[in-house]
Amino acid sequence: MNLNSFIAMRQEIFLLIIILLLIVGEIFINKNKKESLVHLALLLFGIHTIIGFFAIEETSLFGGMFRTNTLIHFFKNALNVGVLIVLLQSADWIKEKMVPLNKGTEFFMLLFSSLLGMYFMISAGDFLMFYIGLELSTLPVAALVAWETSKRISSEAGVKFILSAGLASGASLFGISLLYAATGSIYFADISTVLTSTNLTLLGFVLFFAGLAFKISLVPFHFWTADVYEGAPIGVASYLSVISKGAAAFILMILLFTVLKPLMHVWENIIYVVALATMFIGNLFALRQQNMKRFLAFSSIAQAGFILLGLITGTQLGTATVVYFILVYIFTNLAAFGVVQAIALQTGKENRDDYNGLYRTNPNLSLVMMLALFSLAGIPPVAGFFGKFFLFAAAASKGYYLLVFLAVVNVTISLYYYLLVVRAMFIRKSDNPIPFFKSKIYMRLGLLLTVLGILVLGLYSPLYDYIFELSTIFNK
Amino acid sequence: MDILSLFVVIPVLTVLALVFSKGLKQVRLISMIGSFIQLGMAINLLFIYLKERAVDKSVMLFTQDYVWFENFNVHYAIGVDGISVALLLLTSIVVLAGVFISWKTDDLPKEFFISLLVLATGVYGFFISIDLFTMFVFYEIAVIPMYLLIGIWGSGPKEYSAMKLTLMLMGASAVLLVGVLGIYFNSNADGGTLTFNILEIAKVNIPFEAQKLFFPLTFVGFAVLGALFPFHTWSPDGHASAPTAVSMLHAGVLMKLGGYGVFRIAMFLLPLGAIEWSWFFIILSATGVIYGAFGALKQTDLKYINAYSSVSHLGMVLFALLMLNKTSWNGAILQSLSHGFMTALFFALIGMIYGRTHTRDITKLGGLLKVMPFISVIYVIAGLASLGLPGFSGFVAEMNIFVGAFQHEEMFYRVATVISVSAIVVTAVYILRVLGIMLMGEVKNEEYLNLPKATWFEITGIMLLLIPMLGMGVAPLWLSDMTMDSIQPFIQGVLNHL
Repeated sequence: MNLNSFIAMRQEIFLLIIILLLIVGEIFINKNKKESLVHLALLLFGIHTIIGFFAIEETSLFGGMFRTNTLIHFFKNALNVGVLIVLLQSADWIKEKMVPLNKGTEFFMLLFSSLLGMYFMISAGDFLMFYIGLELSTLPVAALVAWETSKRISSEAGVKFILSAGLASGASLFGISLLYAATGSIYFADISTVLTSTNLTLLGFVLFFAGLAFKISLVPFHFWTADVYEGAPIGVASYLSVISKGAAAFILMILLFTVLKPLMHVWENIIYVVALATMFIGNLFALRQQNMKRFLAFSSIAQAGFILLGLITGTQLGTATVVYFILVYIFTNLAAFGVVQAIALQTGKENRDDYNGLYRTNPNLSLVMMLALFSLAGIPPVAGFFGKFFLFAAAASKGYYLLVFLAVVNVTISLYYYLLVVRAMFIRKSDNPIPFFKSKIYMRLGLLLTVLGILVLGLYSPLYDYIFELSTIFNK
Repeated sequence: MDILSLFVVIPVLTVLALVFSKGLKQVRLISMIGSFIQLGMAINLLFIYLKERAVDKSVMLFTQDYVWFENFNVHYAIGVDGISVALLLLTSIVVLAGVFISWKTDDLPKEFFISLLVLATGVYGFFISIDLFTMFVFYEIAVIPMYLLIGIWGSGPKEYSAMKLTLMLMGASAVLLVGVLGIYFNSNADGGTLTFNILEIAKVNIPFEAQKLFFPLTFVGFAVLGALFPFHTWSPDGHASAPTAVSMLHAGVLMKLGGYGVFRIAMFLLPLGAIEWSWFFIILSATGVIYGAFGALKQTDLKYINAYSSVSHLGMVLFALLMLNKTSWNGAILQSLSHGFMTALFFALIGMIYGRTHTRDITKLGGLLKVMPFISVIYVIAGLASLGLPGFSGFVAEMNIFVGAFQHEEMFYRVATVISVSAIVVTAVYILRVLGIMLMGEVKNEEYLNLPKATWFEITGIMLLLIPMLGMGVAPLWLSDMTMDSIQPFIQGVLNHL
């Protein structure tokens, strides 16, 4: 391993070092001072995020198992920023609730391990590395979902998650082995040249797709989502809903656009149907949710359906719009989850009715929430609008006007339930509203970053053009 | 900073100033100053436009173009012609009047004026845009504050009305989005690059099949905001629940975005589609004209009467546009302006009557002419303008519409015109009915005898609306010339194919 390969893998290596440092710290730091590890972890990860922004060359390592390029690197940075926000928003919860139980440092270690898995997953150059990354990104999260062991609902969520995740990754692995049987290789570069559309490869593809669809929570692999989000700590739920989902959607896109391109005439149709099912089921189920976490769970299922509109294209425009949408979605959804978490941490309230009259007591939190919801609903001038508009444009560029039409019908449905929350906060009055409170500095920083993202990403157009430039890599 | 972008920048600055303001007095003052500046700019724009137009004959004047999203070829492109100048003037007047009428807002006043000015920003931006994408962005910005404005400061079943209005309008804009994308991806039909610039797209021959597919989407997307039957149901509920200034702004200005979008986008860019589909939408809009008029006849709530009357009047706008000739188009634009002033005035008066008597039910009111003479006299004037009495703005507009519409020689168009004209009679009936029951006769409630007089800010607000309305009726030609001039390039595409 020479210096060049070290630089190419520096994101992974730094993250590994952080994990190791935390283990050392956990062992040697006095029990009463464990709280300082929270600050240390945040600091280290903040530095890691900043270092990540330095550019990277296109490289391939270990005989093609691991590869990286500017787009992958860009996406890793996006994940870093997302995780940083998740950590900032969860820091107070960890400090107040988890450190006394002696479960603070492990939280960071597991979360970072999962992120490391995602790095490997999206950097994979063959199916082996891909599968290892997939597993590494999933298993620690199962522990995190069940983190609040004292709560029955949390343990239940953990079991649900690990069972369905196991099934999904099993299906995925079976699919991979069938693809291997048909093509005789596990390297992406080789497969794409010899892959043809036969019954065997189709079966392999469908099983493989099912595994990833579970992670993105596409219908009909979405059943775990709402229960797990409800039971998991809010920070973990937000991690699952943006980081995990975003990374899986990204790698799915890369694989579809490069390795599985020969099967495009098949996966076009599959994605068409799955996109419709995901949007409609996600939105219709979200209509009746009272619990904010369940509500955001279904809303995030619906949002995944929108991502598929970019995936169906198989073009550079599709890549760019999907990456841009995921980036916007990270900030947007984290803003919504952040507000839910801030309120839950202070008052323990998680239902929509509890939010009645929130604006009159906590105007700033309500405004952040409104901004996030408008962005999720795709209302200008916030970033979500541009993300959605471009995705729809990508689908329309291939002539899928009917699909776009049905998607905009869904946007209108989704607007209804997003407005229900706005209604609760701004219009409804309550006899005992959530009293005024001031969040701690980390939470405020976390929310501030999301708000900046929501406001700036859309209006600052060079960013999209930059992503579009990067997207040439996978669409030669 | 160019002269047009100021129309977006000044309201945004006003909003920012409001964010940092404290107390009711400051809020009022800032909103008033901001709106005054906008009115000044609009009047200024009118004069320099007329001066510039005399020498410059291009379609749009004062154009500016900044690249926004390079890969999609999205530009922030702006420019105005006579029609947009007139509508900008209308908007600035209604906004200022709205600020005066809302002088007494005491529940969350800061948020109220911020929402109001955000709405205004959207409307201004819409009228100056000549780029489809920018236009669409401003269109949605103009719609969404309505939800908060009606929901928080409204009355009656406000949650229901606000939700219904927002969902129907945003649903329409979603449909419009498909149309916009369809136009965009066909804008290279002649081999050029994809573009959102409407002047560029108009030069392209979009294939007939695409026009046929996307015209109804684009048309409906805009026309829902113009209360196209059967998608008008948001309008009566929304107006009835909205606070006074919001009803004024919505009926007076926001609903005009519908008709404006129809001829600026749908018919200008998709002329073949317009010709192909006009018969179908003529049936709908003529139905709306009649239906709105009869609906107003049966209502007893003042705001519902006015809302249905708006459905009828704006139905005429769509009807006139669909007749696809120059005279009727001019009528449509004059009707938009006339209805803008008139209906804003109506809603302001209704708000004042309601603020004093606490009822909008005409059967409970009576003899108001004795009790509040000023308000009542203005109400009569607005009523007479609404029913199209010669000498008032409504007459000028409707005359143009129906003269233009009757120029069609085919039986179908003639019949549709005759049916629509008959709505004028019904209009007279429901207006005079309200005037008779509410203003004449005995005073029904003793308490009404000592109601307060109109205050200075109310009078200012009303005068702002009344003067241009009367001006339009007495001297329509200068306005009519200005709009007529600007219609030509937009209708040319349709006329070429007829």
